[in-house]
Amino acid sequence: MRDFYGTTLDLPLMLGTARYSSPAVMAEAFERSGATVATVSLRREQGGGQAFWDMVRALGVHLLPNTAGCHSAREAITTAQMAREYFQTNWIKLEVIGHADTLQPDPFGLVEAAEALCGDGFEVFPYTTEDQVLAARLVEAGCRVLMPWGAPIGSGLGLNNLHGLRSLRAAFPDVAMVIDAGLGLPSHAAQALEMGFDAVLLNTAVAEAQDPAAMAEAFALATRAGAIAAAAGPMTARDMAVPSTPVIGKAWL
Amino acid sequence: MKIEVNGETRAVTTERLDTALEELGWGDARVATALNGQFVPAAARAETSLAEGDRLEVLSAMQGG
Repeated sequence: MRDFYGTTLDLPLMLGTARYSSPAVMAEAFERSGATVATVSLRREQGGGQAFWDMVRALGVHLLPNTAGCHSAREAITTAQMAREYFQTNWIKLEVIGHADTLQPDPFGLVEAAEALCGDGFEVFPYTTEDQVLAARLVEAGCRVLMPWGAPIGSGLGLNNLHGLRSLRAAFPDVAMVIDAGLGLPSHAAQALEMGFDAVLLNTAVAEAQDPAAMAEAFALATRAGAIAAAAGPMTARDMAVPSTPVIGKAWL
Repeated sequence: MKIEVNGETRAVTTERLDTALEELGWGDARVATALNGQFVPAAARAETSLAEGDRLEVLSAMQGG
């Protein structure tokens, strides 16, 4: 089993902490799902930082600070340095956004920031695409985890490029991979795990469900099912029908 | 002296970052700081001096995805 910089997760579900209707709803989603990682961010202090810090620590999960909203390597590096001090973890979800509408990563800024941060002792979780050349550069930079997108952030479209993701998974068998972004339904999460991805990271699909705690639980069950299925060795799909009931011994009627 | 704090112009009487944070009401607060785009670790605040027009960012934990 692939780990995340030496950490293994009891449940391969990473959950965001944003967009919930209240802090209590967020806490309930974590409690009911058993999600093992919470993503957090740093923003200008306006009085609520300490309370939120106390709350996320009380969740008892691993914290994964992000560099959300950063559009350059320089911004992302500075944000990561601040996050490491604040959240007391070397983990960083590295986002360098290249386009404001698609929220697609900027591959050039991403590699630049990953090189700097890996060299500075960070354990980098880069938000990336299914591009294998980019993946190779990130691995060369020192990343031992990759976080390819399923679909654009917040879109809920699921796994948009199955061929690309399958190829990426096969090309880097030793690198832990998290499908980050774009998941809308538990079936998307199960599919990601079934394909051999090591975890999923989502936020909006849970936070914007009518019952976030119930949806978080559904995602938890889906990730568990997908992980068990992947370990069980799925059959190979084929184009032609094959009868599952033996033909031999059938009565002559 | 006037500096820009989280995008707003503020006046401080001290030239040291640690004492400026106290003046601004963040004496005991858990915050991360950057000056003119560069991270300033908490341990380095006492030796970090401020100049007129400096841009100070004072960040803390927030929800994130």
